[in-house]
Order: sequence, then structure tokens, then C-alpha cells
Amino acid sequence: MSTLVSETPSLSHVFSTVLKRDLTLAYRRRQDLVNPLIFFVIVVSLFPLGVSPEKSFLQEAGAGVVWVAALLATLLSLDGLFRSDYDDGSLEQMILTPQPLFIMVLAKIFAHWLVTGVPLLILSPVLGIMMHLEFETIKVLMLTLLLGTPVLSLVGAIGAALTVGLRVGGVLISLLILPLYIPVLIFGTGTVQAAANMLPVDGYIALLGAILALSLTMSPIATAAALRISLSS
Amino acid sequence: MSAVQPIATAPTKTVSTDIELLRAESLFCERDERVLFEDLAFSINAGEIVQVEGPNGSGKTTLLRILSGLSGAYEGRIYWKGEPLSSARIDFLSNLLYLGHKPGVKAILTPVENLRALMGMRQGVTDGEIYHALEKVGLYGYEEVPCHNLSAGQHRRVALARLYLSNDAIWILDEAFTAIDKAGVKALESLLADRAQQGGAVILTTHHELKLEKGFRKLRLGKSQEQAPSCVIEEEGRR
Repeated sequence: MSTLVSETPSLSHVFSTVLKRDLTLAYRRRQDLVNPLIFFVIVVSLFPLGVSPEKSFLQEAGAGVVWVAALLATLLSLDGLFRSDYDDGSLEQMILTPQPLFIMVLAKIFAHWLVTGVPLLILSPVLGIMMHLEFETIKVLMLTLLLGTPVLSLVGAIGAALTVGLRVGGVLISLLILPLYIPVLIFGTGTVQAAANMLPVDGYIALLGAILALSLTMSPIATAAALRISLSS
Repeated sequence: MSAVQPIATAPTKTVSTDIELLRAESLFCERDERVLFEDLAFSINAGEIVQVEGPNGSGKTTLLRILSGLSGAYEGRIYWKGEPLSSARIDFLSNLLYLGHKPGVKAILTPVENLRALMGMRQGVTDGEIYHALEKVGLYGYEEVPCHNLSAGQHRRVALARLYLSNDAIWILDEAFTAIDKAGVKALESLLADRAQQGGAVILTTHHELKLEKGFRKLRLGKSQEQAPSCVIEEEGRR
């Protein structure tokens, strides 16, 4: 035991350890990951069938539909963000390391975005074509999703952390988090509408970027604090 | 009622280096309007093994969670090396190994992946050391088997392998012997004794009869319906 070298790992090492672990976990449970994706595709593809297959309508509503579906799909996947770590005690071990908890939380959120947000982003052009969106509009839609989906993961993590200690957290997350998702949704769809109407979108994009920067800096700290509260009971 | 109970005399049978690691003063905790313990005071020196004993529901796990800093639902003061726990928190966590009821082992990861993740967050550990530790806990040949294919005892052993990788000053082990077979328990007992010899402190709960040559201390959390909750510290030693 005394022969072991014990140097405190660097923050980047801690980050990559947690990230690697979460990605391995996600890969082993890949069938769970497909769930929100299928939900995303189904919601968007049911819209033309349920409302109207008219090209003019779909062009008008397309971006909004894709955005709402992406938002709900993320919401579906949030409950699992900390649940299994809470159940098997991994979360206790994370809190009891001398490392700052928000680094580990940030790694977990980044992993969550990589396995839910990025696939949504990759699927969105296909759905965009289905909604008769112009090529230029699809590009803007993808850009807004690129900026917006990390916000969905970051803000959602706060809700997931607050409700992880409760036996029935699912509904509560939605109620807590949905109001905070509204600004992202408004600016996300607003950008695409503006692009479709040939208006400049820089201002919208800048605002989305600002929301991302804000949540990137605040959410890990808030999530870490929420996790401590959930575990101390 | 005195605020601080006399702290138990330094054990004569253990190799104590007389460095006080953890000290608790007038701890009070209640849960669901039942007082689990009150006016609890004790200290743990380097090189000591302390077993927290008591019937189910007497607050053993709660006490360990409070000591490790996981739970803040208590009144009283806890000191780490003479400093209040809240201000010495980073140093305390750098020297703590906590194994809870829930061992933090992921069922869909292999033992090696589990240890890599658990240790990677704390200290630099090479894969060689991980394989070595797994061999020590009797998991040779199971390194790459997903943990859900392991038995309950083997699952527990994955978590216990951390003890062989740890050089933390204080170990807090909650029900560490659960599901471990007789030979495994014996190996663990000797590991704990070695650990104490080297100056590490161990606090543990178990319903198993501990057999340690050098002796150890017992912290008894008692309660009965009529009497006030009490705490007795006594020494237990065998030659």
C-alpha cells in the first residue's frame, strides 16, 4: 500500500475518466439510447399525417415541429442522467472525491449531450427535407440545434439532480425544467423562421450562443449543489 | 448531562501512533422524530480500528454517513486532525475511503472498468495495480466479465478491491463483510489489521464477529423503547 504512488489526478484526467465511463455505459445500453431518437422521428413524421401534408404548411411549421420534438426527446432521456448512479452508490463516491464535483457533473452532461443531442442533430436534416425546408433553412436549423441541444442537456441536468432522490421524479422534472426550456425554444425556432423569410439571423444566433455560455457556466455548479442536497437526505 | 463524554482511553493493544484523525463531539441525530443518538463523543486515532455496533435501525449507517460528510442532518461538531470538518474538507476527502451499503459498482461494466473509473477520480492508478488488486480479492480470471454476471459476493469483492489500491488515512466501511465467504472475511480481517499496523484508521459496521489479534474498539449504539438512546465505548481485544 505504501508502495502505491498517490498523486492527485489533474482536472482534465478526472473529466476524461468520467466521460469515458459514461460513454462506455451508454454504449453497453445502446437500446435505451435509441428510445428518444425513435420518439423524435415518430413525432416529426406523424405531423404531416395528423395535420396537413401541404408543402406551404410544412414549410411554415417544420422548424417548430423539429424543435419541439427535439426538446421532448431530450426531456425523455433526462431522468436516466443520474438515476442509475444514484441507485448503485456511484454518486456517493463522486461526491466523496477531493475533486470539484462540477467537473464530474460537466463530464456527465457532455456525455449525455454526445449520446442524445448529437444524434438528434444528425437526424434533423433528414427530417428537414421531409418537412420541405429549403437547404439554407436546414443549415440554420442545424446550427440552432447545435447551440440549443447542449442547453437542453445542461439545464435539464439541474432538474434531474434535484429529483434524483425522489422515488417518482419523472413528472416533476418536466414541470421544473419546461419553463426554462421556453427561451431556447423561442429563439431556436425564431432563428429558423427568420432564415426562411430571408431575414438576418446573426442576432438570434448570438442570443442562443449567450444562453449556451450562461448555462455552460452556471448549470454544472447548480447541478452539483442539487446533487449534494439530493444525497444528504 | 455533560456536553462531552470522556473520550475513551488510548488503546493499549493497538499500535497507536496517537495522532488523532477524527473526533466527534456531542453528536445528535434524530430521524422521523426518533432520536438515534445524542451526546455522542468519540475520537479515532491513527492505527485504530473501531467497530460501530448496534441493532438494526440504531443509526450505524447514519453515523457513518455523517462522519463521511455525506449527510448534514446532525447537530454537534466533527473535527478532522483538530480542524472543523467543514474547513478541512478537501484534506479529509483526499484521505478518505468510503464504502457504503451501495458499493458504487456498475453492473454493466467489468471489474477493471469499474475500478478504473472509481480510482481515476481520486488518484493515479495503473492497470497493472488494478489487476493485482483484483487478484488479491479472488477475482483472477473475472477481470473482463461484466459485473452482472458475477455473484453477489464477487460483486462486493470488486468494491473491496479498492482497499488494496488505497493508501488513504481513514477507511469508513459500511457492512463491508456482506455476502463475503469465510475465507474472504479472514483475508479482509488481516488486511484491516495490516492497515492499522501501518497507521491507517478504520471505522466499520458489521454484524459479523470481528476477530482481530491486536484488538479493536467498539462503539455501541444502543436503544431501547423505554430508555434514552445511549452510546458505550468499550475495548475488545484478543490475544
